[in-house]
Amino acid sequence: MVEYYWPAKEKTQAIGRKVRRLDGMAKATGAAKYTYDVNLKNQLIAKGLGCPHAHCLIKSIDVTPALRVPGVVEAMPLKKAGDRVEFQGDLLAVVAAESEGAAREGLAACKVEYELQPVFVRDDDLEAAKAAGRTTPGGGRVQLEKDAPANQNEEEFAKNEIERLLKESAYVVEGEYGIDAITHCCLEPHGTTVEWKDGKLTAYLSTQNVSGTAGGFAQPLGIAPSDVEVRCEYIGGGFGSKFAADYWSVAAAQIAKKTGRPVKFMLDRDQELKIAGNRPSGYLKVRLGADKEGRITVWDSEHWGTGGATGGGVSQTVIPYVFAPKNYRRNAINIRTNNGPSRAWRAPNHPQACALTQTALDDLARKMGADSLDIFLKNLGTDDAALVAGAKPSVYRAELEIAARLMDWKAKWHPHGKGPARGSIVDGLGLALHTWGGGAGQSSCTVRIHPNGDVESMCGTQDLGTGTRTVIALVLAETFGLPYDSIRVHIGSSKYPVSGASGGSTTVGGVSESHRRAGQEAFAKLAELVAKKLEVDPSTLEAVGGRIQVAGNPSKSVSWKEACSLLGMQPLEVTVNFQRGTRSNLSSSQVGGVQMAHVEVDKETGVVRLKKFVAVQDMGLIISPQQAISQINGAVIMGIAYALFEQRINDPATGAFVNAELGNYKLCRIGDIGEIVVELYEPESERRRGVIGLGEPPVISPGAAISNAVCNALGVRVPRLPLTPQRVLEALAKAKA
Amino acid sequence: MAQRTTSLSPREGFSRRAFLRGSGAVAAATALVREPAAAVAQQAAPQVVAGPTTITLDVNGQARQVRVEPRTTLLEVLRYQLDLTGAKPICTDGSSGGATVLVDGKPMQANLMLAMQAVGKKITTVEGLAQDPVPKAFVECDAQQCGFCTPGFVVAVRAFLNMKPSATEEDIRKGLNGNLCRCGTYANVIQAALKVVKGGA
Repeated sequence: MVEYYWPAKEKTQAIGRKVRRLDGMAKATGAAKYTYDVNLKNQLIAKGLGCPHAHCLIKSIDVTPALRVPGVVEAMPLKKAGDRVEFQGDLLAVVAAESEGAAREGLAACKVEYELQPVFVRDDDLEAAKAAGRTTPGGGRVQLEKDAPANQNEEEFAKNEIERLLKESAYVVEGEYGIDAITHCCLEPHGTTVEWKDGKLTAYLSTQNVSGTAGGFAQPLGIAPSDVEVRCEYIGGGFGSKFAADYWSVAAAQIAKKTGRPVKFMLDRDQELKIAGNRPSGYLKVRLGADKEGRITVWDSEHWGTGGATGGGVSQTVIPYVFAPKNYRRNAINIRTNNGPSRAWRAPNHPQACALTQTALDDLARKMGADSLDIFLKNLGTDDAALVAGAKPSVYRAELEIAARLMDWKAKWHPHGKGPARGSIVDGLGLALHTWGGGAGQSSCTVRIHPNGDVESMCGTQDLGTGTRTVIALVLAETFGLPYDSIRVHIGSSKYPVSGASGGSTTVGGVSESHRRAGQEAFAKLAELVAKKLEVDPSTLEAVGGRIQVAGNPSKSVSWKEACSLLGMQPLEVTVNFQRGTRSNLSSSQVGGVQMAHVEVDKETGVVRLKKFVAVQDMGLIISPQQAISQINGAVIMGIAYALFEQRINDPATGAFVNAELGNYKLCRIGDIGEIVVELYEPESERRRGVIGLGEPPVISPGAAISNAVCNALGVRVPRLPLTPQRVLEALAKAKA
Repeated sequence: MAQRTTSLSPREGFSRRAFLRGSGAVAAATALVREPAAAVAQQAAPQVVAGPTTITLDVNGQARQVRVEPRTTLLEVLRYQLDLTGAKPICTDGSSGGATVLVDGKPMQANLMLAMQAVGKKITTVEGLAQDPVPKAFVECDAQQCGFCTPGFVVAVRAFLNMKPSATEEDIRKGLNGNLCRCGTYANVIQAALKVVKGGA
């Protein structure tokens, strides 16, 4: 029985080292083949016809004119007369042709008649949504320290109790906050390149779920899942939107079958933004009461928003965010709009919840004339009596101290709106904090040691940019005492052992579990052979620096190659299946992180610029620090984008998503980011919890931290993200009036 | 067969003026033009062509024969015919920089350029920069995550540093705003570009 463990920090030989990512050069020279790049012999190019209307009935659809366009080989309707289309861009037909140009000409030739239906896209206007019959309850919860007396109606009691608590509060903040819907905007759009051979389908799919998407092809195509291989060597962004096979990929497979030719079908840019995923909007009205110290005593909120045509919104379960006052009432209302259905967006619900509620906490500091950092600290509680959810108060506290030092918070701080101005420019500080579960996802892998010393691994996982290959290589290099770039890592095929989807910050945990376990078991078998040769107890052996030796005694050793030659003809192979939720020394869950922003705002133009951003992040044990830093940098930059620039803009009359091109859908650019300081928080207390995961947490706080910094600069809350110049100027004008 | 025509002067390559003139010819002659070879040469030069045509492009120092229609973009030729898939189709309006290639040393968006416009010009794609210090610096500084924007960024950094070999950090922050990254690798890209300036890669 092998006992799984991570070596102590000072004993590591691979994990925790800053290394170059294994596939870095392939990516930087264009050699890496993404789904979009896979060119199969004789392939057809398919393009989709997006519905121009946000809500309509299809009166008729005829794709046959497309077949008369030179170069068009196949045309397939995806909707029929009588079908209802509930968002712009939904695909009506696919045309496959010899070239992109011919496919587009074919799409233009398709004849569709529409009957327009009433459109609703005003997700921020709750009254309008109610009047239009577009709302559904999103759930809620009431928690009070006092129980309702037996003879009293609970709802009535709660109402009175909350009013009483607010009345008795030393401070009350009433506010409205909002955060608009954004899209995933993967730079590689969703899509697939498919090929049939002997009744079997190979689907090169841009997916964050290599092991879990074969069924999404097999079921609609009426074939066995085992006759589908999903492959994804490289994926150009997913962020939570690429878990499914998706109907357009199935259509590609159908056309490929009918024509007997491979088909490439990637969404166009506007389709990617309109139909392939977005993050629900959220708008919140709150009354918050606090004691004279600035501790929240009562929270009462209602929020609404939209997840698009299928409804949904920001979950009430994370309101207020991280801070968990003893008395609260929260209620959510979901709105159905004529927009594409939302998909999981990096840390589902958390960024919105953070931006909607930690802004209110900062407004408490503003009202009190207090330092925001002090108010946040006061609301943490202690490890024995926590006032926060997720990570321990002591973790947040330690991280806040580090962040404050890196930001030079104390020296820079001024009360809200009271900082010195340079002409029309004022600056300000803001902070926010976050938590995320993460933990190791399910992961199986096979590790094979060849008699010549080569080590290879197979795992049906994927690399979203996290550095999955590099992580696996570091784990095996650590276990076998080999250079990490000598490990041959194979991922990205559904024919490899099943490994979980990359969602919820579970991939690094999962693959670290499976590969460390398989590695340790393989080493134990190899150690038995070596022990015989060296005539020692196998339990005394360790793999260090390319040798297997008696611990601490290099004179009693064999080289790795020599050890592997003891295997004879057959490679040594170990397959391990790690199930999520298994108790383990190698992984656990739940992290905390804090972030601080320093901005400057031009009161004349309304333009906000990031000067400096500090991110301090716990993630348990860190396998690959360079990639961890990159991922935090990236999350912060993504956060700056949704805090300042990014929004889906709908025309209220037609419902059209008017900025569904990258020229108008504003993302961060290199000049927008200021200075970003990342601190990996890995004290022994957190490291010994094992691997936890990092993808989601650092993207949560930027919205609130930046909004709070702008509020600190101006002394006025700009209530809704993104903080566009127009909104900044409107908030200033409103405050003046 | 083809319903679109345009003009091509083999000696001079393709010009905007010629394109406009060629388009004019389409309006007048669409009904007549049915054969690929039916070049409607209304004037001695430039020549007006319709349908698929074979042209030769100079890509990464090699002469490559490709078959294009007037509407075929340089990006389509690179990706589908030459299997040079480093330049990426990310946007339709040039705003992402994903399809950046060097055309006679200048950064251009291959998706906004017709293949015929590239005749007679030197095209360098990211694959042609495999031995350049820029991709190496990107790897050293981990200036990539998913990597889909990386080739465009690599070419853009090369072009920018050709223009400004001693670029400062401020220059880089101001000068490389034409490329989008969704994963957020900008901080590392700045470091990579600085590394190339300092000759460290």
